[in-house]
Amino acid sequence: MTVNTQINWQHGTARNAEIPLTLRNVYINYHTRKGNVQAVRGVNLDLYSGESLALIGESGSGKTTLGLGIVRLLADTASVEPGEIIYRRDGVEVDVLGLKSGPLREFRWRDCAMVFQSALNAFNPVLKIWDQVWDTAKAHNWNDRRAVRTRFLDLLRFVQLDPERVIDAYPHELSGGMRQRTLLASALLLDPQILILDEPTTALDILTQRTVIDLLRKLKEEQHFTMIFISHDLAIAAELADRVATMYAGQVVELGPVRNIFYAPRHPYTLGLIRAVPTVTGGFEALSSIPGSPPDLINLPSGCKFHPRCPYATQRCEQEEPGLIKVADKHEAACWHTDSVKADIATNGLRLKKVS
Amino acid sequence: MAPIIELQNISRFFGKGDEQVTAVDDISLSIAQGEIVCLVGESGCGKSTTGRIVVDLLKPSVGELRYFGQDIRKMNRQDFKDYRRSVQIIHQDPYASLNPTQTVRQMLTAPLLRHKKASSHTDAERRASELLEIVDLTPVSDFMNKYPHQLSGGQRQRVSVARALTVEPKFIVADEAVSMVDVSIRVSLLNMLSRLKSEFDVTFLFITHDLALAKYFSWEGGRITVMYLGRIVEEGPTSRVITDPRHPYTQALLAAVPEADPELVQKKRHMELRSAEIPSLLALPNGCTFHPRCPYFVPGECDTSAPKLERIPEGGSVACPIRKFESIELIAA
Repeated sequence: MTVNTQINWQHGTARNAEIPLTLRNVYINYHTRKGNVQAVRGVNLDLYSGESLALIGESGSGKTTLGLGIVRLLADTASVEPGEIIYRRDGVEVDVLGLKSGPLREFRWRDCAMVFQSALNAFNPVLKIWDQVWDTAKAHNWNDRRAVRTRFLDLLRFVQLDPERVIDAYPHELSGGMRQRTLLASALLLDPQILILDEPTTALDILTQRTVIDLLRKLKEEQHFTMIFISHDLAIAAELADRVATMYAGQVVELGPVRNIFYAPRHPYTLGLIRAVPTVTGGFEALSSIPGSPPDLINLPSGCKFHPRCPYATQRCEQEEPGLIKVADKHEAACWHTDSVKADIATNGLRLKKVS
Repeated sequence: MAPIIELQNISRFFGKGDEQVTAVDDISLSIAQGEIVCLVGESGCGKSTTGRIVVDLLKPSVGELRYFGQDIRKMNRQDFKDYRRSVQIIHQDPYASLNPTQTVRQMLTAPLLRHKKASSHTDAERRASELLEIVDLTPVSDFMNKYPHQLSGGQRQRVSVARALTVEPKFIVADEAVSMVDVSIRVSLLNMLSRLKSEFDVTFLFITHDLALAKYFSWEGGRITVMYLGRIVEEGPTSRVITDPRHPYTQALLAAVPEADPELVQKKRHMELRSAEIPSLLALPNGCTFHPRCPYFVPGECDTSAPKLERIPEGGSVACPIRKFESIELIAA
């Protein structure tokens, strides 16, 4: 199943910025009758060209909201305020939050494309795949029908699909894995500088997951795509990320190179996640869960938002909220007790030994 | 003693004529009391259909289901009632499986009274509190008057378990029971289920697509049964199946499963399949149904007759005579 396709990628050329995307102090709230849901609270991030960054967290951690915020696809009830999202291309800085309809449409898909979680809902069920792709191309003023079709066929081949069969199919005629790959191919149509993937492999079968992961790895290693992965699944981060950001209650609580996050985590929540997830082909490990449940985003706890569930919590954690502090080279964690986390790993091991 | 649950040559078809789908194709499975059996496979492999047949929510098209050696279709009324009561199921989706108009109290006391597990309302109430304690929903008074929408996914699933326990089951089919729950809470749910096995002698059929969960839940003394397109392709003690899989499909699954460990990711063997697409249940391939994807495909053999499960000395059985049950190295040294 090797594919030899000559696809013209442009994103590697000089017009790329070194840091194509910067988030500064981004807050996102959903306004509901019950009150303000504080989905994202003060996120600062620099995305480097060619890197893949994984946003990891459980449901309600704000990871998807943040992704939607970047491409400005939030529901009407949501507002981004305060905060700054800066996008760079061709040496120009763009304030994403200030974009109006036309330029905004240009930004989406051409500059920054998002692959959504539910591949079935992402397509219009009554239009053939080709018609949807052609619509997209036209909306971005690419009116050369033959060129668009040729490029899309190449992309379908790139994602290891039978291009002639898929291009004239309706979405329901494709299996879940095929739809996910078709979606990926269409996201690549306009050669975006940044690709955001929300739960790219969730709900896919294992063998299909592997095909998608291998494809994404190919994009990463051969094409050096800049990608953001949003997932609840630590395995996606371990498989594909260069850097990992752990999110909890709307904040990035730990950020670092993938090896640091997996082998020397310094935030108790990251460590808790690692100890809760079994590997399959590794040896047998005892697992432990994180006590309690994720916080109510309308009435957040005082101080550190993780303190009600944290084994190391002290009085200080109840009162003062920690910010990200440097714990190693390029590695930051937001916790008053990073030393306790380190000591815990030194004493008990990263993954817990089997208790019998 | 006869196994608590025994499936004998069970098949289940859906639809008619050209539209007919074989969801389960001639499977036999026997589960002894106190055992944990995990049924794993990808979507469409027939694992949920099998689970529903075990609790008689679906009738098999062909084959027999036996409870303690007795065909459930030939039981007398009393024995059948006893089977129905003793074999319970926990469904996947805790948002769909609880009645939204009932409080936890109502959901638990109704079956207790109906099945005469409680002599009075006060007694039912007392018993309901005990059950909530067993599933770790404490303090009990916080939960008794709650409606499902007031509970988180994990809490709902605990209510489902408590509800299944009201009738003192001997056998529980857990169909993707923890798959929809966040990872940080999953482990405590699994541990709670394990405790039911040791404290109340409940036998489990644990259905999941997640090999990691199957491994964790059944590592000690349990068994794994792997299904592909309606058939069992491999079964055996969990530790053997996970560390030394012998069927090419099981090997492919274990090679493909994403791992939450970057070093392990790099060391894992890559197994290239001949096709990424799963065949349609409407047009199943001849012979071994895995042959269109199998890297070890031998034309003229794999696509002619369906292989039978054969016992292997290391434990369990495998349906692939072509590979002669050979081991592969999953992780590079």
